Amino acid sequence: MFAFLLRRIGLIIPTFIGVTIAAFAFIRVLPGDPVELMAGERGVSPERHAALMKQFGYDRPIWEQYFDYFFSALQGDLGNSLVTKKPVWDEFFTLFPATLELSICAIIFAVFIGVPAGIYAATRRGSWPDQTIMGTALVGYSMPIFWWGLLLIILFSGTLGWTPVSGRISLLYFFKPVTGFMLIDSLLSGQKGAFSSAVSHLILPTIVLGTIPLAVVARQTRSAMLEVLSEDYVRTARAKGMSPMRVVGIHALRNAMIPVITTIGLQVGVLLAGAILTETIFSWPGIGKWMVDSIFRRDYPSVQGGLLMIAVIVMTVNLIVDLLYGLVNPRIRHVR
Amino acid sequence: MTKMKLLMATLLGATMLASGAAHSKTLVYCSEGSPEGFDPAPFTAGTTFDASSKPLYNRLVEFKRGTSEVIPGLAESWEVSSDGLEYTFKLRKGVKFQTSDFFTPSRDFNADDVVFSFERQLKKDHPWNQYTAGIAWEYFNGMSMPDLLKAVEKVDDNTVKFVLNRPEAPMIANLAMDFASILSAEYAAKLEADGKKELLNQQPVGTGPFKFVAYQKDAVIRYAAHEGYWAGKQPIDDLVFAITTDASVRQQKLKAGECHVAPYPNPADLADLKADPNLQVMEQEGLNVGYLAYNALVAPFDKPEVRKALNMAINKQSILDAVFQGAGKEAKNPIPPTMWSYNDAVKDDPYDPEAAKKMLEAAGVKDLKMKIWAMPVQRPYNPNARRMAELIQSDFSKIGVGVEIVSYEWGEYLKLSKEKDRDGAVLLGWTGDNGDPDNFLAVLLGCDAVGGSNRAQWCNKEFEDLVQKAKTVSDKAERTKLYEDAQVVFKREAPWATIAHSVVFMPMSKKVSGYVMDPLGGHWFDGVDLAE
Repeated sequence: MFAFLLRRIGLIIPTFIGVTIAAFAFIRVLPGDPVELMAGERGVSPERHAALMKQFGYDRPIWEQYFDYFFSALQGDLGNSLVTKKPVWDEFFTLFPATLELSICAIIFAVFIGVPAGIYAATRRGSWPDQTIMGTALVGYSMPIFWWGLLLIILFSGTLGWTPVSGRISLLYFFKPVTGFMLIDSLLSGQKGAFSSAVSHLILPTIVLGTIPLAVVARQTRSAMLEVLSEDYVRTARAKGMSPMRVVGIHALRNAMIPVITTIGLQVGVLLAGAILTETIFSWPGIGKWMVDSIFRRDYPSVQGGLLMIAVIVMTVNLIVDLLYGLVNPRIRHVR
Repeated sequence: MTKMKLLMATLLGATMLASGAAHSKTLVYCSEGSPEGFDPAPFTAGTTFDASSKPLYNRLVEFKRGTSEVIPGLAESWEVSSDGLEYTFKLRKGVKFQTSDFFTPSRDFNADDVVFSFERQLKKDHPWNQYTAGIAWEYFNGMSMPDLLKAVEKVDDNTVKFVLNRPEAPMIANLAMDFASILSAEYAAKLEADGKKELLNQQPVGTGPFKFVAYQKDAVIRYAAHEGYWAGKQPIDDLVFAITTDASVRQQKLKAGECHVAPYPNPADLADLKADPNLQVMEQEGLNVGYLAYNALVAPFDKPEVRKALNMAINKQSILDAVFQGAGKEAKNPIPPTMWSYNDAVKDDPYDPEAAKKMLEAAGVKDLKMKIWAMPVQRPYNPNARRMAELIQSDFSKIGVGVEIVSYEWGEYLKLSKEKDRDGAVLLGWTGDNGDPDNFLAVLLGCDAVGGSNRAQWCNKEFEDLVQKAKTVSDKAERTKLYEDAQVVFKREAPWATIAHSVVFMPMSKKVSGYVMDPLGGHWFDGVDLAE
């Protein structure tokens, strides 16, 4: 197990270096520079442009800038944002809990509806409920997030008035964030109605962000279930006279869940991509919206720092998943 | 089971602790973006100024609300020396800085605060010049203040003297701008002593109508009325900025009553907003101009008659209908009609493709091919540059001029369009900073700005002399005459096709009263009230 752990961690190092190079290069490959954008229509003289590039340290050789970024990042220093002048590290961790909270809710939404829907469709293969569920899943998968979000806002917030339009909590509630997770902070604040306000603000963004993962999970669950249901041991279980509930719910589901869990893990990337649009529509103060703003402003330190942090988080999640697999399934552990 | 009990107890406790939400008079403004910080001087974005300089600070002089006229602010009066090089300000007495959780002022506003607020931007060796990494004081530099300002001196506690290197008539208007906001020198000294200089930009203290309460990044900014405000306490108790970047979502929030005021509506949504019985939509001509700048250094655009002919081929009315959807006004001068010295006697070039064709032939121009640069972004002075370029392309084709439309990423566009050998005419525009005609005519068309913000690369001696003279004259009537003459020269020489001045719309709840639209594009909430 120890050797397996070392091997996996060993793989992380080149990936980390690759990510730093990609993040550093990405923002510099884009045309335009931060000084021009800062000056706008007025423009800056070539002398002032050069002076500002020097002040920001962008006049140095590119390799020097990269190594400065790399070694500072290793020490946990991602530099200061060109826009807000605050440390990128602080900005990231101020906003990250909002994205995490929304992503967790979205994945719970996707799993709690997608898995039962997939099982139901598999057990009624070819029937109209199966076709309805799979048809809906296909529509959900193809839904443009921006349009879907606005549609829900116009219907549920505008016309029906059931849910708030945007934000994380009603502006009537005001308390200092403790954990950054609004559901927890609203409870800790002790203000009456704060928690229910936070929940109501989460409903639409959760549905919007969770729609694509929900469709994927439902389809994956159905196909995995269909495969397992045709296995010999399931037939044996049925022949032994077990109730269909028991056969499906216990014997088949356990094995069918392995590929489904892998799919859910892969949805982390989808969630982060979806978060960019969802956060923009719902004025959700998370890292997705922050990254987009930073790219538009050519805020080099924020973009290269933010991308690195996101990559490190995804790598860590993958590492944990790998280790868990290794723990559960010895075959994975011993593969070289 | 024990866990369940614990959870129930926590929930019960939380409910018992409940302390209902505050029911003060709170105005919610759905702002379009996040501020870069709360010290206005290091920044350039209007969104930042709306959240910092306007609610939190005052300046020595202010723009009279709804106009670009300069009136006394923290200075009660001022005198200009006869050579135009010294400005002496008498400061208002009894002005209080805001008291907050993080700072309690021990003295009133005085000359030290003025000297501090300007010297930190002017002097490179000032301890606050680089109080946080990467500060460039871009507006102060952009307005050429380092060249202009020799010194800011304290005469006594209530008198301050600005010494200039050369006479500059727009100086007073410059001092009403956001970068000239007055900060507390006492607060800065406290932060320096505590080793927390960066908080000057995060926990602001000013003399303005509202005090800072809290900011949750990218989500909410909270302010409370400044109890000791020198011009009297505000009618509302609290002001909240709910940051909502998407225009459609802002509209929904306004309709749902989640905010009282929401700026920058989509032009397509205006009819719906105006039809809502709970809403009112204010409108005002913006202090802006959208234009097409030829490159006067490149043939055949170096000939005024060629530029004039092209101008006559542009059907501005169809641009107003298609691009501005009615929210604009045809432009004939480089400055907007709301600005003083606007010359209404100037006749615009008539739309006459036939005459234009003949003029081109007479100038010896045949089979002209040119590029038109279309901005990749939406701006108040040009909501859809691509569409505008297509309309001009079609207009020019009618007089036998072939147009290729090009575009670049915004930062690149701004940079490349400044180059003197630029190929093609560029669509761009300008929104005024301080309501002074110099801020349009010298910045956009002056000889010094060739290769910079003068995108027409046009340097005309007659025009330049008029504008330069107007800088040094303090008599407003005389300045007006000079600028009127400059506009006549501009029209004759036609370095730009002046396209439009846009109208700015401001939808808000009918409960809101006392809101005055700012021609300079800012959003002010002092004096605004909310019906219960």
